[in-house]
Amino acid sequence: MDARALTVCAAMAVAAGLVGCFAVMRRMTLAADAYSHVALPGIGLALVLRLNPLIGALVALLAGSMLIWAIEGKTKLSTEAITGVVFSVALAIGSLTATGEELIDALFGAPGRMTIAETVFALVAALAVIAFILKARDRLLVSLVSTDVAIASGIGVKSLQLSFLVAFAVTVALGMRYLGVLLMGSLIIIPATVAKRLARSIDAMFAIAIGSALVSTLLGSWIAALTVRPSGPIIVAIAGALFFVSLLKS
Amino acid sequence: MPTEVPERRITGQYAGSVLEVNHLTVSFDHTVILADLSFTVARGASLAVIGPNGSGKTVLFRALIGAIPYKGTIRWAPGTKFGYVPQKLDIERDLPITGRDLLRAKLTISHAPKDEELHALERVDLGQEVLRQPIGTMSGGQFQRLLVACALIGRPDVLLLDEPAAGVDAPGQQALSEAIRRLQQDEGVTTFLISHDLSVVYRYASSVLCLARERSCLGPPQVVLTPERLSEIYGTPISFHLHGDHGR
Repeated sequence: MDARALTVCAAMAVAAGLVGCFAVMRRMTLAADAYSHVALPGIGLALVLRLNPLIGALVALLAGSMLIWAIEGKTKLSTEAITGVVFSVALAIGSLTATGEELIDALFGAPGRMTIAETVFALVAALAVIAFILKARDRLLVSLVSTDVAIASGIGVKSLQLSFLVAFAVTVALGMRYLGVLLMGSLIIIPATVAKRLARSIDAMFAIAIGSALVSTLLGSWIAALTVRPSGPIIVAIAGALFFVSLLKS
Repeated sequence: MPTEVPERRITGQYAGSVLEVNHLTVSFDHTVILADLSFTVARGASLAVIGPNGSGKTVLFRALIGAIPYKGTIRWAPGTKFGYVPQKLDIERDLPITGRDLLRAKLTISHAPKDEELHALERVDLGQEVLRQPIGTMSGGQFQRLLVACALIGRPDVLLLDEPAAGVDAPGQQALSEAIRRLQQDEGVTTFLISHDLSVVYRYASSVLCLARERSCLGPPQVVLTPERLSEIYGTPISFHLHGDHGR
């Protein structure tokens, strides 16, 4: 792997680790996995229109976030239930709009050199997600514990919720190149789940989640490059191994 | 007799109100939970809210903090800062969150100085060991007092407590009640307390707001908490025991 790809992978892993901590604590784990499928119709449409699939994925994920957020505000349905519905519809539309090898690459990741534009986008997006989580961590924490306490403290809970969903969507899109959108959900969830098992405080949870995501991503990308295999499944397999190791803690 | 007027306007016993509620109505899915409720609460008062399950006590608190839509008006005195202790958390307690994580988060949001963390713990009689302790390992009483400490950060003038002692053992309840009493009586914090423990209400509240489908009322505990009145509110004969006192 070249230095550019390594930097992007590292930034993506840090963003995934941080976003994952709040996704796991909010019990969005299954939703997180399903969420990544929302990118599918966007990728399909982008391929039909001969655009970069990343653009299509990002647009679909952002639109999906807005839709989930709007339905959540209108109803008492959980994020998980709404994501399940939106994901199923997105999968149905996506399978009608896209087929072919490029789609498989987008879903499962592909090794190879990133363009400068892709690199810049990935780095800026990853840094924006990292900055958002670190800046909003206290607001996210209080609204996680109790929405009512957050409202009484003057936190704009609805806009915070939307910002988190957007950060989540951007993180999923970030993973498209090397993990593929289908497996990116796993990189968000598994390191954070490992961290939840091992940590006793929020700072420790952040550190363990980031560390696990970095080890999985960098080691996985290296092995993928050596064996000329798709990077996504190897990265997720390493993350899964870390989870099983974390089970050794009583 | 508690103050009851035809327009359902019920008034606190102090001058200088911190809260004025006029014709408050809250409905969910076409079911009216609170109907045309009007009352005022004086600064420094200790208001207990009682009523049977489903009478809208938590709904009233959520309307007061602006968490749910309502009809009518709710006017807090200008500059009022409130702290809120909810009845239920949105999470399980098995998360890697320590006492310090919670208090620090509230400090940042409230733009409060760091020394308020320890001061808030002192005010609820909690030791500094809870700062390092994950919330899942705290006893019910410790955790509830941590939530009160969290609500105290930012120096609120008003504290809304929704059944803070639910699920807490007797010594824990006693410590919590004492902490709340001190906040109200010694520091002048206006407290709103939802409680099913009528002996606590009798002992600590300066006014009692009873929510009942037919007739809501407000008055001092000695007047509202009579067997006849309680029987009317709850629809069944109710008695309660005053610790160290004769029963009612």
